[in-house]
Amino acid sequence: MILNQKVLKVLRLSLSYLFILMMLCITIYPILWMIGASFNPGDTLYSSTMFPKNPTLSHYKELLTDSDYPFLRWYGNTLKIAVMTAFLGVLLCSFTAYAFSRFRFRGREYGMMFMLVVQMFPAFMNIVALYILLNMVGLLDTQLGLVFVYAGANIPFNAWIMKGYFDTIPKSLEEAALIDGASRSTIFWKIMMPLASPIIAVITIFHFVIPFGDFILARLLLTSVNKYTLTVGLFSLVNDKFGQNWTTFTAGSLLMAIPIVVLYMSLQKYFISGLTGGATKG
Amino acid sequence: MFSQTTPAISPNSTGGVRRYIALALSVICMGLGQLYNRQIVKGIAFIIFYVSAIFQGFELWKYSYWGFTTLGNVPGQDHSLVILIKSLVGAFFFLIILGFYIYNITDAYRNGKLRDQGRKVAGIKKTVKNTIEHATAYLYLTPGMTFLILVTLIPLIFTILIAFTNYDLYHSPPGKLIEWVGFKNFIKIWTFGSWRRTFVAVFSWTVVWSVLATASTFGLGLLVALILNQKDIKLSKLWRTLLILPWAVPAVVSIILFAGLFNTHFGPINQMLATINIGPIRWMEDPFWAKFSVLLVNLWLGFPFNMALCTGILQSIPQDIYEAAVVDGASPFKKFWKITLPLVLYSMTPLIIMNLAYNFNNFNVIYLFNQGDPPIMGLRDAGGTDILISWVFKLTLNKLKYNYAAALSLIIFIIVAGFSIYNFRRTRSFKEEDLLQ
Repeated sequence: MILNQKVLKVLRLSLSYLFILMMLCITIYPILWMIGASFNPGDTLYSSTMFPKNPTLSHYKELLTDSDYPFLRWYGNTLKIAVMTAFLGVLLCSFTAYAFSRFRFRGREYGMMFMLVVQMFPAFMNIVALYILLNMVGLLDTQLGLVFVYAGANIPFNAWIMKGYFDTIPKSLEEAALIDGASRSTIFWKIMMPLASPIIAVITIFHFVIPFGDFILARLLLTSVNKYTLTVGLFSLVNDKFGQNWTTFTAGSLLMAIPIVVLYMSLQKYFISGLTGGATKG
Repeated sequence: MFSQTTPAISPNSTGGVRRYIALALSVICMGLGQLYNRQIVKGIAFIIFYVSAIFQGFELWKYSYWGFTTLGNVPGQDHSLVILIKSLVGAFFFLIILGFYIYNITDAYRNGKLRDQGRKVAGIKKTVKNTIEHATAYLYLTPGMTFLILVTLIPLIFTILIAFTNYDLYHSPPGKLIEWVGFKNFIKIWTFGSWRRTFVAVFSWTVVWSVLATASTFGLGLLVALILNQKDIKLSKLWRTLLILPWAVPAVVSIILFAGLFNTHFGPINQMLATINIGPIRWMEDPFWAKFSVLLVNLWLGFPFNMALCTGILQSIPQDIYEAAVVDGASPFKKFWKITLPLVLYSMTPLIIMNLAYNFNNFNVIYLFNQGDPPIMGLRDAGGTDILISWVFKLTLNKLKYNYAAALSLIIFIIVAGFSIYNFRRTRSFKEEDLLQ
């Protein structure tokens, strides 16, 4: 009986480790392959191997110096858009979340429902209208126009998460401040925002990574090559002739992915609590 | 104890015509009812607002009306799309003013009623104070909602309206005018052979795709979380951190990367399979394998997020439930089935719903991996892995069939919105919201 249990335990553990090993291989292999490909001397998918015999840095050099691909420019554009989106987005989301969390006003339920419904739609479905609207106000093919679209379209999801966090902050602090004669805006800036700083950090990152993850809006709303973001630039690099430029593409992807991976890895703990808190507690 | 046998009748609580007079006056002209109620400042403010709204807004509304009904008269000069958008914006202003107008009427009625009951109406100071107190919420909402309306709502309505027009390659502004065609696009999608075939094929795959994509990522995520959550697994934190990697790599990059990995001729996956004498499998060209591979790619992309969430929930389940279950003689299988799974599902349901809706419109994976290919004979501009949204994209950008694209968008809208609203209404986040505070 006891022996039997021991055998079972060993079996369970070895199966578990085997499974973990398998998952690790599947997870890491594509990433290692990308890293390997970026050091390959050739250009094409065909010639690239995971462990190149004569590793070279030429693709990185090419990206940073070759005027055919304004890679650094794309990088700069993306960072600029990311910072602006984060700033505007966090501001809009905090206001919206505060209103929904702290006030009981007429139309509140409908407002929340409205946010839930519109968040289900990818903004590019409205691309024709956005195109005309931005064109009308002269923001087509500008980074500011893209920032407005990013920030506006992502309000529902992020404000929803933020509202969930605000809901967990006790109301007693504000009530005390109100009695002391503080105005609503003082309470918002001096009490709510500092208390909500963990979730604000998360929302900032969420907004920051939008331009690194979006392809389609940037592709359609930015038309000149010099204004491209990284995703659009890299896709154009690899898609003009699939497989050609492959190694350069992997090098560029790696340069783009590294900061995002570092950000995610260091903050993953907060993401989870932010998401489960916001989404499940409503 | 004797209870009151006759309810106290206040002479003031019944009758009175002031409320109706105030209401009627406010219907005739904004602010008149308030003046009648002796709220002089408020009444004057309303009248000024009303008069200026009429003068300022008249041109806009005339334009809106003209725009909505005709979409322009002179080809080459009137740009139907711009007219439509401008008309929409005009209509929004009209709605805002209409809102104020209705508020003015109810306000007059309410204060008239107060006077009928012999009570005093609020003076201007108190009114301003009340307004500020009640309007703070709207002040905080204004910036976000303005952006939302401009970036999502107006474009959404625009898209819906386009579904009822003939906007396509042959009716393309500014050279040509667009006209209203009623339900013609919908009827054609449903009755015309090749359109109908494509719609049915794409729609059924979209449903299958979103269910399988959501279920597979959730299932694998939960499995990995459970295995790593066993107490006697060493270094579980390290494994977890490494397994999060696919979530952290920007999806655009990894999807294109997978397009290379699955490449039929040069891709490493087929090269590996060749060493054990399998294949070459036509991952990208065969409809079945294309669907299979895009699901695999999505699984790789999506399981870490689910794993992370499930881990969080698993760790929050109090251990004494399990101890009690062991005392009662529950098998490990039973513990999972009766305790773990229900608790995880309970917390995850809203996220699973969101995930379903997200996958329904998961354009990036489908389009960046394989552009919706392989092409299928007899389908209209759609390939084997195309879901509705990528089909819409192709119709819009490659074929310039905006009207059909918009009609399909509207169908997607109704399905996803209906599904989400129905489910969110049922989840506790909506019902018990205030209980949690």
